Amino acid sequence: MATLNSNIPAGPLASKWEKHKFSTKLINPANKRKYKIIVVGAGLAGASASATLAELGYEVHNFVFHDSPRRAHSVAAQGGINAAKNYQNDGDSVHRLFYDTIKGGDFRAREANVHRLAEVSVNIIDQCAAQGVPFAREYGGLLDNRSFGGAQVSRTFYARGQTGQQLLLGAYSALNKMIGAGGVKSYTHAEMLDLVVVDGHAKGIIVRNLQTGEITRHSGDAVVLATGGYGNVYNLSTYARGSNVTASWRAYKRGACFGNPCYTQIHPTCIPVSGDYQSKLTLMSESLRNDGRVWVPKRKEDCKKRPQDIAEEDRDYYLERMYSAFGNLAPRDIASRAAKTVCDEGRGIGETGLGVYLDFSAAINRLGEAKVRERYGNLFAMYHEITNESAYQTPMRIYPAVHYTMGGLWVDYNLMSNVPGLFVLGEANFSDHGANRLGASALMQGLSDGYFVLPATISGYLATQNPGKRPAADAAAFKEAEENVQTLTKRLLGNKGKRTPDSFHKELGKLMWEYCGMARNKAGLEKGIKAIGELREEFWKNVSVLGEAGEWNQSLERAGRIADFIELGELMCRDALMREESCGGHFREEYQYTPDDPETKQGLVNPGDVKRRDDQFAFVSAWEYAGAPDKAPILNKEPLVYEEVHMSTRSYK
Amino acid sequence: MNLINRVWQSSLGKKYIMALTGCALFFFLIGHLLGNLQVFGQPELINTYAHFLKSKPGLLWGARLGLLACVGLHILAAVQLTAMNKEARPQGYAGGSAYGASKASQYMIVSGLVILAFVVYHLAHFTALLPGVNGTGDFRKLTTVLHGQTVPDVYAMMILGFQVWWVVAFYLIAQWMLFNHLGHGLASMFQSLGLRNHVWWPRVQGFAKLASIGIFIGYAIIPVAIFLRIVGADYAEKAKHQFSQSSPPAATLIAEVNGKEAK
Amino acid sequence: MKVTLKVWRQKNANTPGGFKTYSSPDLNENMSFLEMLDVVNEELANKGEEPIAFDHDCREGICGTCSLVIDGKPHGPHQGVATCQTYMRSFKNGDEIVIEPFRAKAFPLIKDLVVDRAAFDRIQHAGGFISVRTGAAPDANSIPVPKENADLAMDAAQCIGCGACVAACKNASAMLFVAAKVSHLGLMPQGQPERYKRVKAMVDQMDAEGFGGCTVTGSCEAVCPKEISLDFIARMNRDYGVALLKGEPKAMEGGGVG
Ligand SMILES: Cc1cc2nc3c(=O)[nH]c(=O)nc-3n(C[C@H](O)[C@H](O)[C@H](O)COP(=O)(O)OP(=O)(O)OC[C@H]3O[C@@H](n4cnc5c(N)ncnc54)[C@H](O)[C@@H]3O)c2cc1C
Ligand code: HEM
Ligand code: SF4
Ligand code: FES
Repeated sequence: MATLNSNIPAGPLASKWEKHKFSTKLINPANKRKYKIIVVGAGLAGASASATLAELGYEVHNFVFHDSPRRAHSVAAQGGINAAKNYQNDGDSVHRLFYDTIKGGDFRAREANVHRLAEVSVNIIDQCAAQGVPFAREYGGLLDNRSFGGAQVSRTFYARGQTGQQLLLGAYSALNKMIGAGGVKSYTHAEMLDLVVVDGHAKGIIVRNLQTGEITRHSGDAVVLATGGYGNVYNLSTYARGSNVTASWRAYKRGACFGNPCYTQIHPTCIPVSGDYQSKLTLMSESLRNDGRVWVPKRKEDCKKRPQDIAEEDRDYYLERMYSAFGNLAPRDIASRAAKTVCDEGRGIGETGLGVYLDFSAAINRLGEAKVRERYGNLFAMYHEITNESAYQTPMRIYPAVHYTMGGLWVDYNLMSNVPGLFVLGEANFSDHGANRLGASALMQGLSDGYFVLPATISGYLATQNPGKRPAADAAAFKEAEENVQTLTKRLLGNKGKRTPDSFHKELGKLMWEYCGMARNKAGLEKGIKAIGELREEFWKNVSVLGEAGEWNQSLERAGRIADFIELGELMCRDALMREESCGGHFREEYQYTPDDPETKQGLVNPGDVKRRDDQFAFVSAWEYAGAPDKAPILNKEPLVYEEVHMSTRSYK
Repeated sequence: MNLINRVWQSSLGKKYIMALTGCALFFFLIGHLLGNLQVFGQPELINTYAHFLKSKPGLLWGARLGLLACVGLHILAAVQLTAMNKEARPQGYAGGSAYGASKASQYMIVSGLVILAFVVYHLAHFTALLPGVNGTGDFRKLTTVLHGQTVPDVYAMMILGFQVWWVVAFYLIAQWMLFNHLGHGLASMFQSLGLRNHVWWPRVQGFAKLASIGIFIGYAIIPVAIFLRIVGADYAEKAKHQFSQSSPPAATLIAEVNGKEAK
Repeated sequence: MKVTLKVWRQKNANTPGGFKTYSSPDLNENMSFLEMLDVVNEELANKGEEPIAFDHDCREGICGTCSLVIDGKPHGPHQGVATCQTYMRSFKNGDEIVIEPFRAKAFPLIKDLVVDRAAFDRIQHAGGFISVRTGAAPDANSIPVPKENADLAMDAAQCIGCGACVAACKNASAMLFVAAKVSHLGLMPQGQPERYKRVKAMVDQMDAEGFGGCTVTGSCEAVCPKEISLDFIARMNRDYGVALLKGEPKAMEGGGVG
């Protein structure tokens, strides 16, 4: 069993972080440059961490599989980033942001981490503005805000529809500054394929150069993974095609625990699947729900009619009906599940019956088309580009799609995993969003981890390490890890199978969506585990990877990533099976409110809403690799202790 | 010197040079055009103007050297930039190229080189007065008397010169090239010098269009009008005789023509 | 629908390449262009032929990874979108589509349709930043930014660094990209202290990378998926002129305070 110590500092919640920063050991400036830190990933988390660590004086080596650090998947975020600035004077505060996030996460996140996140949020905006991030402004020149993702205050900062891109360009510019100054060495097209653990400490990585196929060893005093989320385990998702779990997964196989793998966020407003060839699902910004009304026909028979031909009284505005306080702005997990429910009832629209309408006609009547165009013109254009339909004339068709993974490698308060020296940031860790992430808080977390948290906590670990005494890259552990990578490559290329890697990805995706998707149950999960196990065996028997090792080889890259996804899929099902409760994005059909429950009768929740079981499941599941893919992993539990907030029923009615 | 070096070392710096020299040449073109348009007046008008220029060798040579420097720099920068641009795209596309670019913008070096060839010819034609390039006779023999002084008869040279069809054709081709060169170049000049924004760009383009059309019409109208015998046909008939004489009977000619027009 | 593809295949930079023709399987017009390539690639792979290498990631027009010159135009037939946002309904049954890599000396070819755009990163290393240390920033609202400036900066900042401008330009010039970067930072008050130093450094690096110069043909603007305006090039030219006139700052002697 792994030892999990969350290292949450003692003392009152609001002063934990300040106190912790003070009590963390510092490194003398002259010694800092003797420490070499390996950072994998240059999304918001990785780029901000690399730049800041280099500013502090550490020698930083940054690795990305992308052709440039600026292309990390963070660029895709449209909506915005939260911060408790209270610039709108609408009652926001650090405490409110903290509370909203804890409640949004369905009381499955760590209090101390979330409070720190809310505290640091204000510094993030300052930092980004100083870097020249062109946030939206009011006429007076001050920063503009909008309300987003089910928040009742306007605390979201944004930069047109490109918030993620602009924040990443900010972090990338900070990184560039340090690359230019020699503080960071940047490796692009460099994919980490293994973690090197020496005497129980993470001391290096093995990297494949995607252009040349060359495999190299890199040693460091600490390794930081900021490698993003793993939603592509579902094949179809809103993620970039390249996003993958390989870095985290290989670290898991080297002993790092995987936290809450089954917590997946399904975003309610995406463009529905149109055919089998589909490679990606496009998110339609959540901001559309500010003015769009979600509905399906009341009667099944109407589903094939044109929406214009369905009379007002024959429409079911189900979110408004079920969640009168939040209506169309209900949190993501709730809105997604409601869409699934109505489609399961046979009331879904579109060719596949897997879709609901997002209707702007009321908004157009109320505000005029010009105003709607001004607010959402680019989104409507994007929708038109993809579907060839005009949302000004006919309602958008939307359906939920996989969007974010709350789970990730387990980390303590210092963002260090249970493998000493291995730090995990951003979406790759499990820490701050509990069972459901609120809109505009992933960007906040990534930057908080990278700019402010890790740079303050890493010295605590480094101070225990002898500067400059890191193991050399020819140590036995490095050799072993490199051989491990070489063997895997040979095995993939040498396999004389018949099926393409992508065909396995598609199959895995379907299994995951079916058994470990928006609604899960015991029988399905057990089936899923079995089917995925079989898929893994089939993969190794029948995969065919063309091309060579020593060249640019996208089939090889993908095959390796898909092999990891298959193993991860199985773990996710196991986690979902173990968690016999519903919470946030994890919905077990067996655990939902019924009309007879007191909470339903009191009007707090609707029948069908998620039912947590705090007495038994108020813990983080941290899975430990058992040494082989077919061996059942070991479950470790980190209890969630709530000192400040009371774990209550999450009500959005 | 440091500044010159810095300017010449960078691609943008060279573009400033292109733009500034191009601008200077454009102003020269306007001045030159205004001078030439005097051909539509009495012969003395343009001959007086020509004589005035000749009588101020300092001014003339100053201007000539300045122009030469401009042309030299313009060409040097053009050739270097074009070479650099070619080198930057060693392999072209099979599916078509230069999407969205006007032809004029793509062939600046071609139009420029035609202009250069033209300028050389033009200098030989009317400045150096090389016999044998003009297709009629020895222009050096064409003289006239102004205020009692025998001076070259520039008017006659123009009138006679532009009665040769292939000379006119070459002039028109060159003018057409100049039109294209300026149609793109005059707008581009503002861009290179950073003198534009979204409000001014349409105006700059309008200016470039108008100015290049104006220059084209202004310059083209001269050989065309002469070739069509709209201007100076009679004068030409008379002036032609000088080609066959060993020394020009300038005074008679002038008197004759004046007398005729006075009638 | 079905189409014929004429695709540039090249094993690596050192091996000469050439066009190969493939006929697509039956396609759906709602497929994206890249999904069409996926389908063609699956078919190739099933036949044991190596799939066509092409770059892509987000597939929603935001990461700038996808490239391709389609029938002579970078990012395909439509204006204001990237290749990944191009759909098969823009083509007709039976069309022959020519697909080539971005071509520029500064973007060396890696394989088939994939080129190396690291030159853009190096230009950014040279000066694409505002030197502010983490934690040293004043309150975000302490420096108001006029909305027009912020909006204009945002227009420039939208550049996704795809390199289509270079690919389209007959001179393989990177001016639009560099101008977008320079203008974004140069328009923000926070970017003023380093404004001239930045433009000088970035343009010089651009020249060193082997891109061509600008002859104002406008191809870049016409293919840019984010419709970045040539105005920004003018703005950069202006700033660079000032930077040239200012010259290099005097080198400072180091010295202690105590
Ligand atoms: C369409 C979309 C819209 C979104 N909108 C919002 C929003 O409005 N607000 C919000 O807060 N959040 C939003 N999110 C979520 C948010 O964008 C992400 O969670 C966040 O950006 C993740 O950042 P990151 O730094 O952790 O990882 P990423 O940005 O994914 O970066 C991962 C990095 O790791 C590198 N990497 C990965 N594996 C390896 C390896 N093996 N070797 C080498 N390098 C590797 C990659 O090259 C990359 O640089 C959105 C997400 C999506 C999909
Ligand atoms: C009457 C003579 C000429 C005039 C008025 C003139 C004017 C101009 C102007 C205004 C420009 C635009 C500069 C810019 O983009 O900043 C230009 C560009 C150019 N000129 Fe000329 N030019 C003349 C002769 C020539 C000649 C003789 C050549 C021969 C090589 C030439 C070659 C070019 C080229 C290649 C360019 C484009 C360069 C670039 O954009 O990088 N020009 N010219
Ligand atoms: S300016 Fe436009 S075409 Fe050029 S890199 Fe940026 S987004 Fe791409
Ligand atoms: S794949 Fe990201 S922009 Fe096209």
